[in-house]
Amino acid sequence: MTELIDHDYFAGDGDDLHVVGTSVTRADALGHVTGRTQFFEDLLLADCLHLKMHRSERHHALLKRVDVSGALEVPGVVRVLTHEDVPENWYTVLRLIGVEPNDQPVLPEDRVLWRGEPIVAVVAETEASALEGAARVEVEYEDLPAVLTMEEALTEDAPIIKPHGANCFIYEGHPCRRIRFGNVEHAFAQADHVFEWRYESEPIEHAPVETTGCIVVPQPNGRLKIHSNTQAAFFTLDNTALIIGGPFNRLQLVGGTVGGGFGGKVDVIVEPIACLAALATNRPVEYVYSRLEEMQVSSTRSAEIFVVKDGVMADGRIVARKVTCYMEAGAYTGHTTYGVTKCAAHMPGPYSIPNVWVDAYCVYTNRTPTGPMRGFGVTNADFALETQMDRIARALEMDPLELRLKNAYRDGDLKAHRKVAEGAALVEVIQRAAELTGHELAEEYERMSSLTHAGVGV
Amino acid sequence: MSVLHGRGYAAVNYPTGMNLGGDPSQALIHATTTGTFVIALSSTDLGQGLKTVIPQIAAETLGLPVEYILLDTADTDTGPHCMGTFASRATHRVGNAVIMAAREARQAMLEVAALELGAEPEELATDGSGFVFVEDDPERRIFIVDLALAAHFKHGRTLSGRGIFLKEHHDPVPETGEMDPDSCQAHACTVADVEVDDETGEVTVLKLFNVYELGRVINPALVRQQIEGGAYMGMAHALYETTEPYYPKRDHLPSNFGEYVLPGPAEAPEMESVVIERPSSTGPYGAKGIGEMTANSPIAAIGNAIYDACGVRLTTRPFTPERVLRGLDALKS
Repeated sequence: MTELIDHDYFAGDGDDLHVVGTSVTRADALGHVTGRTQFFEDLLLADCLHLKMHRSERHHALLKRVDVSGALEVPGVVRVLTHEDVPENWYTVLRLIGVEPNDQPVLPEDRVLWRGEPIVAVVAETEASALEGAARVEVEYEDLPAVLTMEEALTEDAPIIKPHGANCFIYEGHPCRRIRFGNVEHAFAQADHVFEWRYESEPIEHAPVETTGCIVVPQPNGRLKIHSNTQAAFFTLDNTALIIGGPFNRLQLVGGTVGGGFGGKVDVIVEPIACLAALATNRPVEYVYSRLEEMQVSSTRSAEIFVVKDGVMADGRIVARKVTCYMEAGAYTGHTTYGVTKCAAHMPGPYSIPNVWVDAYCVYTNRTPTGPMRGFGVTNADFALETQMDRIARALEMDPLELRLKNAYRDGDLKAHRKVAEGAALVEVIQRAAELTGHELAEEYERMSSLTHAGVGV
Repeated sequence: MSVLHGRGYAAVNYPTGMNLGGDPSQALIHATTTGTFVIALSSTDLGQGLKTVIPQIAAETLGLPVEYILLDTADTDTGPHCMGTFASRATHRVGNAVIMAAREARQAMLEVAALELGAEPEELATDGSGFVFVEDDPERRIFIVDLALAAHFKHGRTLSGRGIFLKEHHDPVPETGEMDPDSCQAHACTVADVEVDDETGEVTVLKLFNVYELGRVINPALVRQQIEGGAYMGMAHALYETTEPYYPKRDHLPSNFGEYVLPGPAEAPEMESVVIERPSSTGPYGAKGIGEMTANSPIAAIGNAIYDACGVRLTTRPFTPERVLRGLDALKS
């Protein structure tokens, strides 16, 4: 295997480091390959109960009648929980950082907003009896018009599915997160070419090897010990405490070993209801997703749509970029409002463009709530932006790397969100990639540096 | 019917830290009588290597071998607060908190060593061997185990430290989007070589060239693992993954890995990876985040390579054989 680090670029200090910069063996490697790593589900408790959900079969419907009597007749079923058993039923996970409103019920009260939404939790001696109990719950629905695409959600006559009166999240009075930098319309008028293309991405499952779950164990002193594979221990603890109704110090969360997260285990879905079940029964309760639940009802990476309009000069300089993007939240806000802002902050990608306009929408539909996933707000954006760059290079018959270098951001550039760039290195990774692949660059591009504005560009 | 070859490019940047800040992490550190420093955290390792790089950072700051560092993490009763592992933040945030804690602990360590060696703390040095010694007279030295015993039983001193890192929260300006979203930016360029079977529409990624700039590399093997694992995930995103293959139709949800198709070991392409280092002014020893970004640039690079191979411009991800074939049909008509 070749040496990973090339010290010819940005050569500097670091020679006096002893441990940083060395390949110390992964702390968990031996445990993983010998099967000795302890995951939360390795906790075996003789009296542990199991929780399974009865889930909505409709995309959008009123709940006319929910009958749990059939579940309670199943041998082994100990308890059922409905919204009446959840002290603070309405929440939104990012209220911890100030996001409003609380638009999501732990268990729905009078309506369901997506097919797969949990309605009744069934707690039983075995997983099989919990599943059987969940299957015996009877729900009578009255269907409501469902909104299943983002474009439909944003049309004027679309049914409004959210109580705040819009099918998108409202950012301080705006229907989208905005970036306004320079004057794109003026620049489009001046540009030699205007290119506008559209990109779409479908939902992606996090697909962790270890499915999302927890085991909650009541302690002799009245506290609850939550064994969880959450990616964020205190974030989960705080959200759980708010839902089950404090005090926060009644909860202890133990975790830290996760069989794949990729963002899906920041959702705080399993812990609150498992805690309530443990309190209601005073017994340990396990709530862990089956593979089917992980794939069908756990959050996904959002479906996203990007419309990218660029004003480009004949020499390849991009003088304006207007991006309209739509990120699907599904039925509830979850983390998507954050991802949309992160997406807006990322625009216009790693380029210095003097005129930028971004409208980034967080859109509600009657679909599985989406969630954060590796590269939240950026992964699909980069697919759109970097496909756009390739198309521009083709249209102008320019070298694709030289087009990127010509527009690359460098130290001192003012970004569209008005932060001055520092620590830039786009120029150098492109130069190194050209070297690695034997791709010849014109000398003016070979000479470029992120540290200075000498040479190509402005 | 033929197999067509193409090459595609993509270049990206990626922010480190929770967007807009406001995401603190803390670390506590103390030496036991064994001369071993225990780092207490509530942070989570998702497999990216936090349990490895955090002891490395602590060892560097303390000036001790990494074997004298233990990590105790992710118990909210015993570990101080951490916002969580997401947004490529853990190495950066927790790393900075650990440096702060380890500096305080190192100062306590040097003060006790000074008492034992009859010197001033400022005259002492470490070289990563486990000894604290007088810089001008290295024979006057004390090993960390003896030093810890002396601190506990002779001087009644703790060898401990507290650390926290917080990038303060900033609200965006609603009208303009002016904001301070990140602590630093990492960079990447991917070059993808693919072949496209114009009869089946199947795309094979032959090779991925991955070039990254991530600030300081804390652990090269773990960085390679992130780059190559992430590139493989990006390839999966590009060519395979969707929970709803007929999106927005809701009736084809997968129930297992037989229906949610992912590439297997046979589809893993050859990879060549290079990292250049431009240390960040905000990161621990200059490190930036690499947790998430490695799946990003392969997607467009592969899509652009497909166009280069066969002239089909795919604008909806994933780039399935069906979409490639429909694109080829459209070119013919």
